Amino acid sequence: MSAENPESASAEEQKEMEDKVISPEKVEEAKLKARYPHLGQKPGGSDFLRKRLQKGQKYFDSGDYNMAKAKMKNKQLPTAAPDKTEVTGDHIPTPQDLPQRKPSLVASKLAG
Amino acid sequence: FPGAGGGNDIQWCFSQVKGAVDDDVAEADIISTVEFNHSGELLATGDKGGRVVIFQQEQENKTQSHSRGEYNVYSTFQSHEPEFDYLKSLEIEEKINKIRWLPQKNAAQFLLSTNDKTIKLWKISERDKRPEGYNLKEEDGRYRDPTTVTTLRVPVFRPMDLMVEASPRRIFANAHTYHINSISINSDYETYLSADDLRINLWHLEITDRSFNIVDIKPANMEELTEVITAAEFHPNSCNTFVYSSSKGTIRLCDMRASALCDRHSKLFEEPEDPSNRSFFSEIISSISDVKFSHSGRYMMTRDYLSVKIWDLNMENRPVETYQVHEYLRSKLCSLYENDCIFDKFECCWNGSDRQVLIVMTGSYNNFFRMFDRNTKRDITLEASRENNKPRTVLKPRKVCASGKRKKDEISVDSLDFNKKILHTAWHPKENIIAVATTNNLYIFQDKMN
Repeated sequence: MSAENPESASAEEQKEMEDKVISPEKVEEAKLKARYPHLGQKPGGSDFLRKRLQKGQKYFDSGDYNMAKAKMKNKQLPTAAPDKTEVTGDHIPTPQDLPQRKPSLVASKLAG
Repeated sequence: FPGAGGGNDIQWCFSQVKGAVDDDVAEADIISTVEFNHSGELLATGDKGGRVVIFQQEQENKTQSHSRGEYNVYSTFQSHEPEFDYLKSLEIEEKINKIRWLPQKNAAQFLLSTNDKTIKLWKISERDKRPEGYNLKEEDGRYRDPTTVTTLRVPVFRPMDLMVEASPRRIFANAHTYHINSISINSDYETYLSADDLRINLWHLEITDRSFNIVDIKPANMEELTEVITAAEFHPNSCNTFVYSSSKGTIRLCDMRASALCDRHSKLFEEPEDPSNRSFFSEIISSISDVKFSHSGRYMMTRDYLSVKIWDLNMENRPVETYQVHEYLRSKLCSLYENDCIFDKFECCWNGSDRQVLIVMTGSYNNFFRMFDRNTKRDITLEASRENNKPRTVLKPRKVCASGKRKKDEISVDSLDFNKKILHTAWHPKENIIAVATTNNLYIFQDKMN
């Protein structure tokens, strides 16, 4: 683009304006990219799908747990802070950290 | 719909609302599916807590000819319980993803309910008599002293208070690696399909230890994954035909007579997209969240994030009708992506079998739901709210103001409550009665009878 060519500069500006007028989606896309510049180049696609397919994964690894227990024979295993819901990373989760899933013992309120 | 209508315009009135009034919603109470049975007499709901509640319509009361029977609780049971797959470190939610009724063959009712991994066939039966006059037991069950038994009698059945029992008759497990999103009963009433993100399986209702894989779109290398299955349904009349929709906005129609594994579609329905309009959001909002055949089987309806499309099975290259559900959200996609609402899965439904009526219905945000009349091309927005609960008063249409000056009674896009989603709606198969689920309440609306 030549800065000295006023005609082509204004044509580009006009296209930009047209884009904004015609496509609210493109405006939204620009907003998103401004907030998250590292967002995947590929629109939609595999990242979402893989996240979706992994729904429900809880990272309790019995191998890690037993090795950590072996290493720390006499010491206490560090336990998660009470408010921690995501149990990953350096902290070795224990079965107690994973939230107990129990069926609803209460009847549905729709039946009330 | 609004204003002076022709004879065919339906005027919707509030009929009933079920569920707790308080705003503090327990996760377990979130309604996850709603389905009428084939006669419309029964209405089932499933929730995130794995429970099923079935309502039954009262017999029409001759003295109350101005309204159809009310729905009252008929049965409720725990269908699925939370599980933990220790091998894969996977939590399996008890949330009921779908309920589908079988057509009634005898006195009992049967339905299929499914969570992410396991489908169950439930039998719901009534008991209204019990045997009395046993020789060895008292009426309360205690054993009689045998020395007091001097005569013999034949026990007889006597009436008792109606008891409705639900029992699991079949459990169809261990056939899905990924999360089940759909179940659909075949028109042969013997088989059904279950679909997860990457595979579709065919089952026989009587056989639980075997299932046939009929669609498998899992790539050899998961890095190459670009598309997942979002919904599937059998054709209402052709027992060899089914469709499945994808996250890329396509629908594939498959014929089971063509081959055992239906990886190659018979038809591919896809609306061409203008490449210059493509944005980061295009694929996400094109993902189809629901697909439903029309009663005749000639058409099918799909729901994507912003619209409802009607397809003619004879025309693959574009839908025959497109209805905008909430186009004003197009300029909010950035925030809707950030708060995950862009991934909400709305369902859609056809009206019942009344031939005079050609309406499709779907939900939106702010507890609004939308109806599109395919005859008149008019549409209406209604609200499911306890503020409108005067029976036999016609619901007032709502209007969302996209931009500019907001008129009185309109609501601006920025005031919409995106936590109040109507994802699940159902239309009575024969009458103009609809069931609309908000987060934790079930609303029933009827058309105003003259």
